[in-house]
Amino acid sequence: MNRFSYVRAAGVPEAVHEGSAKHVRFLAGGTNLIDLMKENVERPERLVDINRLPLNKIEDLEGGGLRLGALVTNADTAYDPRVDRRYPLLASAILAGASPQLRNAATNGGNLNQRTRCYYFYDPATACNKRDPGSGCGAIGGVNRIHAILGASDQCIATHPSDMCVALAALDAEVRVTGPDGDRVIPLTEYHRLPGDEPWRDNYLRPGELVTAIDLPAEDFTSHYTYLKLRDRLSYAFALVSVAVVMRLDGDLIREARIALGGVAHKPWRSPVAESGLAGERASRANFIAAAHALTEGAVGQGDNDFKIELARRAIVRALEQAAAGTPQSQTDKRVL
Amino acid sequence: MDTRVHDDPSHAGTASSVAGAREAIPISLIINGRQRHFAIEPWVTLLDLLREQEHLTGTKKGCDHGQCGACTVLIEGKRINSCLVLAVSRDGAQVTTIEGLADGDRLHPLQQAFVEHDALQCGYCTPGQICSAQGLINEGHASSGNEVRELMSGNLCRCGAYTNIAAAIMEVLDKDGAP
Amino acid sequence: MTSPTLTPTRIGDPVDRVDGVAKVTGQARYAAEQPADRLLYGWVVSSSIAKGRIVAIHDEDARAISGVVEVMTHVNRPQLPRFDHSYKDALCVPGSPFRALYDERILFNAQPIAVVLADSLEVARYAASLIEVDYERETHNTDFTVALADRFVPQDKRSGFEAPKNRGDAQSAYGAARCKIAADFHLPTHYHNPMELHATTVVWEGDGRITVYDKTQGPQNVQGYLSAVFGFSPEHVRVKNPYVGGAFGSGLRPQYQVYLATLAAKMLERSVRVVLTRQQMFSHVHRPEAVQSVALATDPSGRLQAIINDAATSTSRFEDYMETVCDWGLMNYACENASAEYTIARVDTYTSGDMRAPGAATGMTLFELAVDEMAYAANIDPLEFRLINYSDKNAMDDTPFTSKALREAYAQGAAKFGWSRRTPAPRSMKDGRELVGLGLATGMWDALFRQMAVHARLLPNGDLEVATAGSDIGTGTYTVMAQVAADTLGLPIEKVTATLGDSSLPESPAEGGSSMAASVGAAVQVACRAVAEKLLVAADQIEGQPLGGARLEDVTLAHGRIALKSDPARSISFGDAMSAAGLETIEVEDTPASRSGSSGQSRKSRNTHSAIFAEVKVDEELGVVRVTRIVIAVAAARIINPKTARSQILGGVVMGIGMALHEEALTDHRIGRCMNRNLGEYHIPAHADIRDIEVIFVDEPDPEVTPLGVKGVGEIGIVGTAAAVINAIFHATGKRVRSLPVTLDKLLDS
Repeated sequence: MNRFSYVRAAGVPEAVHEGSAKHVRFLAGGTNLIDLMKENVERPERLVDINRLPLNKIEDLEGGGLRLGALVTNADTAYDPRVDRRYPLLASAILAGASPQLRNAATNGGNLNQRTRCYYFYDPATACNKRDPGSGCGAIGGVNRIHAILGASDQCIATHPSDMCVALAALDAEVRVTGPDGDRVIPLTEYHRLPGDEPWRDNYLRPGELVTAIDLPAEDFTSHYTYLKLRDRLSYAFALVSVAVVMRLDGDLIREARIALGGVAHKPWRSPVAESGLAGERASRANFIAAAHALTEGAVGQGDNDFKIELARRAIVRALEQAAAGTPQSQTDKRVL
Repeated sequence: MDTRVHDDPSHAGTASSVAGAREAIPISLIINGRQRHFAIEPWVTLLDLLREQEHLTGTKKGCDHGQCGACTVLIEGKRINSCLVLAVSRDGAQVTTIEGLADGDRLHPLQQAFVEHDALQCGYCTPGQICSAQGLINEGHASSGNEVRELMSGNLCRCGAYTNIAAAIMEVLDKDGAP
Repeated sequence: MTSPTLTPTRIGDPVDRVDGVAKVTGQARYAAEQPADRLLYGWVVSSSIAKGRIVAIHDEDARAISGVVEVMTHVNRPQLPRFDHSYKDALCVPGSPFRALYDERILFNAQPIAVVLADSLEVARYAASLIEVDYERETHNTDFTVALADRFVPQDKRSGFEAPKNRGDAQSAYGAARCKIAADFHLPTHYHNPMELHATTVVWEGDGRITVYDKTQGPQNVQGYLSAVFGFSPEHVRVKNPYVGGAFGSGLRPQYQVYLATLAAKMLERSVRVVLTRQQMFSHVHRPEAVQSVALATDPSGRLQAIINDAATSTSRFEDYMETVCDWGLMNYACENASAEYTIARVDTYTSGDMRAPGAATGMTLFELAVDEMAYAANIDPLEFRLINYSDKNAMDDTPFTSKALREAYAQGAAKFGWSRRTPAPRSMKDGRELVGLGLATGMWDALFRQMAVHARLLPNGDLEVATAGSDIGTGTYTVMAQVAADTLGLPIEKVTATLGDSSLPESPAEGGSSMAASVGAAVQVACRAVAEKLLVAADQIEGQPLGGARLEDVTLAHGRIALKSDPARSISFGDAMSAAGLETIEVEDTPASRSGSSGQSRKSRNTHSAIFAEVKVDEELGVVRVTRIVIAVAAARIINPKTARSQILGGVVMGIGMALHEEALTDHRIGRCMNRNLGEYHIPAHADIRDIEVIFVDEPDPEVTPLGVKGVGEIGIVGTAAAVINAIFHATGKRVRSLPVTLDKLLDS
């Protein structure tokens, strides 16, 4: 871990001011940042501790939505009665991730900004364009079981590791940020980037910008939803593939379905084509299979992770079945419904 | 720690600007009920503070990256991985470690249950398991075996005492009345 | 169960672990937790290449950091011995032991190449990050499948290695048979990953002596090693390991952190602590990668006609690690024609080594996968198949066993598990959407016994101390010692203090091979009997000789008193006997003469056996496997403490489940580096992966096997468990996965 100076921000304006300098990182829960600093992957000159900022509330929005403060912990979010009742998909996805200890420390803002779990990114002895621009991508042609099948580039095949963000993507959440140039709102689905030729940039935040809240729109997805996570052990492991589904049904007719994939790309993956293809169709396995193919259109394996293409398709079909049946996946009973 | 330090231009020269500086920041923590004052550098984790400065070595270092749970302590009654917490960021916090659970010579019910169920072998993950179990009880979200297993999954045990650990926790939960 | 005070504790009582309270309260101090004055923290810098030479180490920036005392490298290290013999520890294997910082050569990736020593952990960690190294790379190979082309049988074999013995003509019998199978099985590299990081605190005593708190399974092995390498006289080196946070074999041979910490302490004449990172735990000893080729043939009735069981395992370029992989299948099954060839192949890694049930966890597990395939090919129930081919004797050595209650283990395990509800056809059992599979495997391990010495000391109030230089690595050794001592002198266990983990105590081998309970138990009993004899001699000093010169067999010892069997009313207290003889203590150090008193014992085989039954539920479409139930029936003769012994079995089973489903080191062979070298990506079972595990100890009286009639149980739990799980997966799905672990991708049909 490198040397750095530390300041505790007393208010949001001070935090933004401090955060606008170069080589500064905001410190919230720290569960990913401290981890990466110990590996010398993150080497900030200054940490701005934002934990005492007044961003730690969950508030009702006019019109029925919910605002999740950036500093509310993942655990407090998942177990909040309003989240649990109105956005059970989000609660489920959060509880599928990490461990209780990590969820008690990790914040909502930090969850958005967590970095990839790529082995090469974490190992400064190896090549990684995300960590060390221009050094190459060790994962291409290397050990890439956990890597991306969608939206990757020849520079980077890392995935975004979050479970929470996959649910937020399906829920059409919005990210509220504030920065030197004022406040703005970024749709969650447009918050994270694909690696392209700038893989070191994970998202579209501008220098100094601070996530203040995540807004959940007022929509009722309490009956037909699921978060299905597949991984290498039954808990405390990152997703190989995860699927968040919300659905509105009229009998067995799908009025609307949203599907977000996790563990397969540099961002939660949605496909307007796949979703519009389901709208107005029957909730049938055949239609689900078609949607799965549409959503994974263009998927490319890297060798070790070739299986993820088929696994993702099957997981999508199963998740759609679970959502349509109103039988969401339990995160404690490990039987896949 | 690997040796090839990359020439990342964005970091050039930054090491020297702070090298040699050992900026100590005053903080206080209430550790197992006792107020303690420290002047520490910002890069000291709560885990290392407890182990190396307070000599409270009951809190264990198993991975130093939040991947094993051996360093679990309670902050304001909530379980966290102390290896991923910079101590400066928790100024004023109440910290409970394994050393603070027993009431004098009387073991905490979880400690007693762990001994009786032989929920330990080498003992290295044990303090973290017990602090985590106390956090689980405080949270009140577990009553079934499946829930205990899932919500204890942040604590790895290489000796494989899992079934006995779950049984010990279930016994304490049942005695306390399932939340 | 806690023994009520004053009730004598007996062998066989399920008493609580005597070190349990120290462990649940955080009072047990491990190697990195021992305080020392003016302690320096050592941070190990690891190589980023797999093979080559260090051209330069740039440590100027590190040295400039306030608080850094030294950067120790091959350039500035103190003098070290030149010849290999100085580096050979008691458990070394043929070859040239690794010497850290000896010269500029890089032999494996993440090799330690420098140690930063500083006055705080944080300074050492930071300074280490500033060190840059220039290398000259050489071509490496870490790919075992490539190395197999050059597999070989080493001339110089590891001490104790038993090569498989062929019988009959397996090739011809296999060729002639009509019902047969042949398959290759693969086990990846496993890392021990005890929860405690490998760590050493060297206390520089300032008078030429050092006290070394080390994470080791054998303090006397480390003492001998450090003395030989660093030129200390053995009495100046005291190695202590009162608590060991798991090891599973990683602490058998001295690990490089103890070498580095001692080297630095010697260089700086300061106390030094070196703790490896979890990432560095993937840079040293590991279970070797293995490939096993099994061919089996039967006659129409299912009797085995041929066993061909060839295997190869990985080792380093500098040492030839071997383990007993092939023998198990040849020993366990009756078959007139059997052959095996065991070879090793070299890769550019650290030397592989013993990990829980070395050889058997690999060789018996993979063989039991083949046995299941053979049973199906012969269309015989897998349990029935094993009974048809049951061997009452060691079929490879043609020797009788001292005991083998495997038949009972099969029967009791099957009954408890409900094997009879199993329908034989693959894919024939379902629970809702999930396929259900029931699988079976056999386990086998050695019942080892090693001579060791125990010191016993009795006080007039009945307090008893027993001590030896052995280790408790979570195995329950403290408890076993205290329990046997209490049993021998008729005391409650609370009166007994067991001491371990100190090289200055009486001689003991390293904790390993499931030998300790049988060995230390026997030694404790011998020492405590000698104490009792001395008590009787002392009692005869009492005026009027109330016990009438009774001998040990004439009396009972209980409640701190000696009573005549013939007239229990006639008794005297330990204290009265000792004061009559003017004794303040009675002290004895003794060693059991041999395995047991009788002759001709070497002609018998001594083994533990087990039958493991696994139930899995598989979501076939998604490849999700849940191990919902395990029943393991173990035949391990007499059980000293059923509570701690059960825990040993549970632990082995959990590791076996991990072997079946999770564990695998993933190496990028282009750079020769293990990439998933952390506990987030190298998966071992978590709580959620482990459901019901039932342990049965079947009755197996065996006074012959060891003096107490005890067989160890530390490893038998892992042997075969992965095969039971994977055989169950086959029964559920009809899919044979021959490369472990069975991750979900291997169950997906494309």
